[in-house]
Amino acid sequence: MVFSPDKNKLTLWLRSFLMRGRCSAFMALTILLSSAAVAGNNSSPNTLVAPQAFVANAFGGETPKPKVLWLKPALQDNIAKIMDHKLPALRLRYWQEADRTAWILEEIGKEEPITAGFVVEGEKLLEANVLIYRESRGWEVKYPAFRNQFAGAMLEDDQSLSTNIDGISGATLSVNAMKRMARLALFLHDHVLSKGRKS
Amino acid sequence: MKQLIKSTVSAIALAATVGTGVAAQDSMPSKEEMWKMLLAQQEQIKSLKAQVEALSMEGVPVAQADREKLNELSVQVASNTEAVEATTAAVETAMSGETGAAGWAANTSIGGYGELHYNGGDADEIDFHRFVLFANHRFNDWISFASELELEHSLAGDGKPGEVELEQAFIDLNLTEGLGLKFGEHDSHTFRAGLFLLPVGILNDTHEPNTFYGVERNNVEKNIIPTTWWEGGFGMRGQLTQGLSYDLYYTSGLSVPTDGSKAFNIRSGRKKVAEAPAENGAITARLKWTAIPGVELAATFQHQSDLTQGAMDADANLIEAHANIQKSGFGLRALYARWNIDNAQAEAIGRDKQIGWYVEPSYRFALSSDLGEFGLFARHEEWDTEAGLNLDSNNKTTTFGFNYWPHENVVFKFDYQSQQLGFGADGDDRINLGVGYQF
Repeated sequence: MVFSPDKNKLTLWLRSFLMRGRCSAFMALTILLSSAAVAGNNSSPNTLVAPQAFVANAFGGETPKPKVLWLKPALQDNIAKIMDHKLPALRLRYWQEADRTAWILEEIGKEEPITAGFVVEGEKLLEANVLIYRESRGWEVKYPAFRNQFAGAMLEDDQSLSTNIDGISGATLSVNAMKRMARLALFLHDHVLSKGRKS
Repeated sequence: MKQLIKSTVSAIALAATVGTGVAAQDSMPSKEEMWKMLLAQQEQIKSLKAQVEALSMEGVPVAQADREKLNELSVQVASNTEAVEATTAAVETAMSGETGAAGWAANTSIGGYGELHYNGGDADEIDFHRFVLFANHRFNDWISFASELELEHSLAGDGKPGEVELEQAFIDLNLTEGLGLKFGEHDSHTFRAGLFLLPVGILNDTHEPNTFYGVERNNVEKNIIPTTWWEGGFGMRGQLTQGLSYDLYYTSGLSVPTDGSKAFNIRSGRKKVAEAPAENGAITARLKWTAIPGVELAATFQHQSDLTQGAMDADANLIEAHANIQKSGFGLRALYARWNIDNAQAEAIGRDKQIGWYVEPSYRFALSSDLGEFGLFARHEEWDTEAGLNLDSNNKTTTFGFNYWPHENVVFKFDYQSQQLGFGADGDDRINLGVGYQF
């Protein structure tokens, strides 16, 4: 390591930081952070809302019995128009009470799946929740400032959302995944309710 | 009625046979076959249950033997329902790739982007500028690997125009997930080590072609920052609270030439972690505020103790700040970046100060769900790599054009740029065309 002793423009604290061992300073920082870590928090930070808690909250604290929607080929074709792919499942569980439904969906953002919960009533999204977020970027989709944009959104005839959703710089794929899942929840809600009306 | 009972019993028996037959087969049926069998079996079970219940309700006289048989088969129906449930779960698990050898694949993802450019004017060339593949792997809940391999200009090798470059290859340890490192409700912290992109500017972090306007990346981020810029090292990144994130890294540094026309040229200082000098590293820190959707405000500071890696004595500081706003279709990007280099030789040629800024308003709107989206933009940029001279060394480019996204991850681009270079040199006024993708 070569340092010139006659440099004088660099601020003292920064020079000290550099000259006395940059690596050790960083390691110290890491150790400091790590030592403060053991705070007895055993829950996974990636899980923001437990799926069971989300469903219970969606129905005022009482969880209705889950229903099963079989993803028949024709339905999968419609799903693919929204998601750009079929769902890798044969069926989907959902929860319903009167004309309110709750859905837990999963879609890959950039690299990792995002698990999100949606509550739909009538034809509108009541709320969008991120239940588990695993991506290393785009944390902002977890927070109310982003999620609250979905409240009141409806599905247009062309299956787009009726309201504008402002994105997050650097997290385009995560934002798009959330928008696709919101559209799918609205579509599936309409599907199960119209199916119920016919039967 | 006896006939009905017998046919019911036979049908239930058939359903039971289908259930056990599936399990007995040596070779697994295809997904489609499995799907059809499951549907048929479910329907049969549903229907037969209903028939059995109806018979009981109507008080139809049923022989004791048939009644016992029915009870027995009811148990079998319940058993088959469980078998269907288990089979469905197994098929779904196989579909999601979460088991056996496929489990490795489920933890590995690939992605990429690419862009083909046509540059008119003086360049008058067509070039597949970038072909990039990502390969990422998650080892467990808190340790992951990410990489980015790029082929630039299509053809690499001796005397060829292109290069194969490793732009990213790093390990992330999510200390919040793995060790519970957490100080408040909304913070999280990740330790990163390896070769990675430095957190500076707008494009250095996010440069997939569908995420920005203009065929070519802007000159300010190219010549001042200099994008795409990666180094080897380690550090911390994470969130401090809702919408406020940080990055703090110690990495290898630039190694600029000290003579010739490229002396103290920042872009020429990138050694790309290829047997690069490691005598003088750099510290980079960024704070980013994104509390309002569609709004990003960020500032980066970098200090390097010797930009020449021991050839001279040239400590250097980079400051960069930007706003990146996209609200309801209206967009605005504005960025300012500046290097201060403490060296007499750099000062003599005016390269002790290197400054650039740009502003880029835009408007994006949906054509329809089938046709995709369209966006218009204009950009004015000024950059000066010899700003210390206080002479006419400033370069200017004004660009306007459009992006068309038939799909959110596919883009076609057109722009026209008008350029005015320093010291009265001719600029390159030209049109640019591009097509790009990301997946």
